Amino acid sequence: MKKELKIPLIKDGTVIDHITAGNAVKVLHILGIPRSSSSIVSVAMNVKSKLGKKDIVKVENRELDPHEVDKIALIAPKATINFIRDYEVAKKHIVKLPDEIIGIVSCSNPTCVSNAREPVKSRFKVIKKDPPQIKCYYCEREPEDIAERII
Amino acid sequence: MSSFLICMNFKGKDIISIKDFSKKEIDYILDKAKGMIPYAKGEKYKDVLSGKVLSSLFFEPSTRTRLSFESSMNRLGGRVIGFSDPSGTSQKKGESLADTIRMADSYSDAIVVRHPHEGAARLAAEFADVPVLNAGDGAGRHPTQCLLDLFTILTEKKKIKDNKIVLLGDLKYGRTVHSLAHALSLYGVELTFVSPASLKMPNEVINDCKELGVEPSYTSNLEKAIRDADVLYVTRIQKERFPDAEEYNRVVGTYKINNELLKNGKKDLIIMHPLPRVTEIDPEVDATPNAIYFKQAFNGVPVRMALLNLVIGGKL
Repeated sequence: MKKELKIPLIKDGTVIDHITAGNAVKVLHILGIPRSSSSIVSVAMNVKSKLGKKDIVKVENRELDPHEVDKIALIAPKATINFIRDYEVAKKHIVKLPDEIIGIVSCSNPTCVSNAREPVKSRFKVIKKDPPQIKCYYCEREPEDIAERII
Repeated sequence: MSSFLICMNFKGKDIISIKDFSKKEIDYILDKAKGMIPYAKGEKYKDVLSGKVLSSLFFEPSTRTRLSFESSMNRLGGRVIGFSDPSGTSQKKGESLADTIRMADSYSDAIVVRHPHEGAARLAAEFADVPVLNAGDGAGRHPTQCLLDLFTILTEKKKIKDNKIVLLGDLKYGRTVHSLAHALSLYGVELTFVSPASLKMPNEVINDCKELGVEPSYTSNLEKAIRDADVLYVTRIQKERFPDAEEYNRVVGTYKINNELLKNGKKDLIIMHPLPRVTEIDPEVDATPNAIYFKQAFNGVPVRMALLNLVIGGKL
């Protein structure tokens, strides 16, 4: 039987593969898509793969900045980024969590100054990359469920 | 200690968390504090901070921390501006901490801040060019208290290393014990935690001690814990940190230090308390040689004098 593609191939753009199943929408949120882009975006969720289920995101006619995409390692540490040029994978990039996460996750401590009305963005130091473990720069609290704290 | 300590430059440095400091840096500060004792007592005077101004911004009540910081600045010849009750400030009009700090930064040479929000001092340091000293941020950190606690153990026991130290009381919400457990672990001590079950030391603090090579033990039996202890560090069950009054009422008064209990301890056991105390230490203990807590409170002056002198850049 011919294998049917869940979402069509793209000619040019970026494919984010191996996203932890169920997290595709949060990944889009972290990347500011579609706010930051007018490109066509396709999302497939709970796609069967060799390692269980996964989500896939395809962004047409736009190559995302690898460093920008690295932030998604917070909730999708196994994700890979494929840059597509003329239907071929021109470059592959495995996400790598940066040392600091700014303005993406809110602190789980209600009395942390970053949750008060102050002119600062939330800021976390990455203390462990896989599985991700982060610590608030201000109050030093470590949120247990990072995905829950995505702003 | 001073003979082997090389000169360190602290000028302009923020004092936010004890974790920002290495053991060598802490030793350096404690050594400088030792030299400040005659100046803290008023036996000697040198106006090394003459012409310098300290902003003392207390958004939460304080007795010892505020007075000892202000005394320290005065004893070094500097001046103090600030407030101890934010109700008379623009905070009431909704001004952010960041803006208040920007103002204080332009009016003074150093800022001392106590604030109910955790991380407030770290935020203040972002908005100030002058050094910021954390005088307590909510249930978070209180590094100068930690330094004066270490200084007290050092001066009373002649060393910090290898002492058997019992931390008692509110180990969950008590900010002083969290910083102290970390700092003591840097030195290598034997730590025992004693608390009601609902106020146990948080796991992240225990893990921190373990990472520094100290394996703390836990018991709810105080009598047993103080038998071979060198230091008993008592903390108040803090009503203001409890999410509900019911939980507070359940645990307040669980432990009480009195002369009867002290019969179980060593003769040279020292009892420390960051103060204020409420009912956890019976006033009859005050007259015993074991009671060190008022001396400990005095030690806030030489330690804070040393810090102000170092971060503002005095020559003493």
